[in-house]
Amino acid sequence: MSNDGNSNDGNTDPRAAFGFETRMIHAGAQPEPVTGARQTPIYQNTSYVFHDVDHAASLFNLQTFGFIYSRLTNPTVAVLEERLASLEGGRGATCCASGHAAQILTFFAFMEPGDGFIASNRLYGGSITQFGKTFKKFDWHVTFVDVDDPDAVRAAITPKCKAIFVESLANPGGVVSDLESLAAIAKEAGILLIVDNTMATPYLCQPFNWGADLVVHSTTKFLSGNGTSVGGGVVDSGTFDWAQNDKFKGLTAPEPAYHGLSFYETFGDMAFTTHAHAVGLRDLGPTMAPMNAFQTLLGIETLSLRMERHCANAAQVARYLEAHPAVAWVSCAALESSPYHELARKYLPRGAGSVFTFGLKGGFDAGIKMVESCNLFSHLANIGDSRSLILHPASTTHRQLTEEQQIAAGAGPDVIRLSVGLETVDDLIADLDQALAALD
Amino acid sequence: MTETPAVPHYSNQYLLRILDDTKVIAMVGASPNWNRPSYFAMKYLQEKGYRVIPVNPRAAGGEILGEKVYGSITEVPGPIHMVDIFRNSDAAGPITDEAIAVAKEKDIRVIWMQLGVINHAAAARAEAAGLTVVMDRCPKIEFGRLHRELSWGGFNSGVITAKRQRLRSP
Repeated sequence: MSNDGNSNDGNTDPRAAFGFETRMIHAGAQPEPVTGARQTPIYQNTSYVFHDVDHAASLFNLQTFGFIYSRLTNPTVAVLEERLASLEGGRGATCCASGHAAQILTFFAFMEPGDGFIASNRLYGGSITQFGKTFKKFDWHVTFVDVDDPDAVRAAITPKCKAIFVESLANPGGVVSDLESLAAIAKEAGILLIVDNTMATPYLCQPFNWGADLVVHSTTKFLSGNGTSVGGGVVDSGTFDWAQNDKFKGLTAPEPAYHGLSFYETFGDMAFTTHAHAVGLRDLGPTMAPMNAFQTLLGIETLSLRMERHCANAAQVARYLEAHPAVAWVSCAALESSPYHELARKYLPRGAGSVFTFGLKGGFDAGIKMVESCNLFSHLANIGDSRSLILHPASTTHRQLTEEQQIAAGAGPDVIRLSVGLETVDDLIADLDQALAALD
Repeated sequence: MTETPAVPHYSNQYLLRILDDTKVIAMVGASPNWNRPSYFAMKYLQEKGYRVIPVNPRAAGGEILGEKVYGSITEVPGPIHMVDIFRNSDAAGPITDEAIAVAKEKDIRVIWMQLGVINHAAAARAEAAGLTVVMDRCPKIEFGRLHRELSWGGFNSGVITAKRQRLRSP
């Protein structure tokens, strides 16, 4: 029963005993004990042998730790989960097929038909569609609110409201949420603050330090970093008191599928993550593929280095655009001119990310021409790639929204979104320069 | 919710030493119901090679997971290395005192209070009597965390090492 490698003794909080960069390489990934393999093996495997019938019963009853079937848990995916939990400073994480799947898994844990939640009206367009349209089919009701206005948020809280959902740094438009004040509002109401930390990554923003209860990710973006693997995850802080009121019966009431055990009573601060695997992934089924977990782990090993360069390149490109005569405005929290600059300094002290928007004086038509004139920027619907990406949201990602919703989401007809990559920044500026020149 | 004073930080080494030195655990408050947390912990610890003796006056004389249930720590025959308290924080006081009273005779070395069970006064009395104390932790979770099994469920174990874990021969 000996494990001789616990060199983090003596620190006050074992979860934060090592630095961020150490954890992004090592957390969750010890050498494989049977072979000594140092890199995390890809367990391309569906199911796991039981020692005997009693062992199987213990596993199915959740009385012991172990693997049953890869729809619920998989050793490669588990390494990514622990790494994400460690980097966010959370208790546990559940990874799944995509960021959208992570959002369904998250709400599924505690929403009942007829329940509601509040979400920022400036969310990523895909989230607005998922919450506003698809969630309605589950009888879950979102209220979109301008979360910069604390009174509007408070006023939108109803007895059926279970959570406030925001992005730390909003996609597409350089908007930073005031997490500390939103956390205070959520705490006062006894509801969750859920933060989508995809655009910032845990390297730039640590939502749990500001009082968030759950963090969701599309791991497809900066975490994997190379545009190879779609994936998502939800991290639990482990600090939310699910029994403080009667709003969270999904975690506190006896669970019929497990013969009446209460997840919160039985698993304490591990309740949400246990439930997300044992009920959420089991019954909804959006499992992350082991190969995608492996690719994402490779990406995370260099997260801090990439984010530093992403942020530096983006700030330089934003300053270039701000000075260009064809550009009407630039919405990037790295710029002193941004109304979110102060919030960015508070919540994203290492940099304001690399995705931002700008408006062209020529409007919708100029937007389309600009996108089609770029040579180095790839015209596609993704963010957080090592390659620089350009998009005209009104004609692509946000086209399902009404024009009013597009404008509220910072994706109006004149808006161009950039995800600035890791190329030589002078080359990126030269590419934008020739594309802007082509507008004349 | 009542305010609870801070529980000390227990290092991995401290917890591993306890888990390595213990062979017999008296689990006070062990439940015969299979879906109670104490049953989960008892079954897991048995699988890891510990002898777990249930103590529960309301179930005394019965059997849980193949072990006879005793009404008190004093009634348990033979040595007990650790008393694992699955009762509320107030109840932990007299249970600790009973354990201190029979500690020498029964080789009791550790008072372990479960998650949410915190009794600083009892802990101080136990430590003054030469016993080792853990509060607000679960031995199942700590065993799993320190031996990599907790990580399988996506949990943050806090254990970071480039050392290869030695597997015990069967």
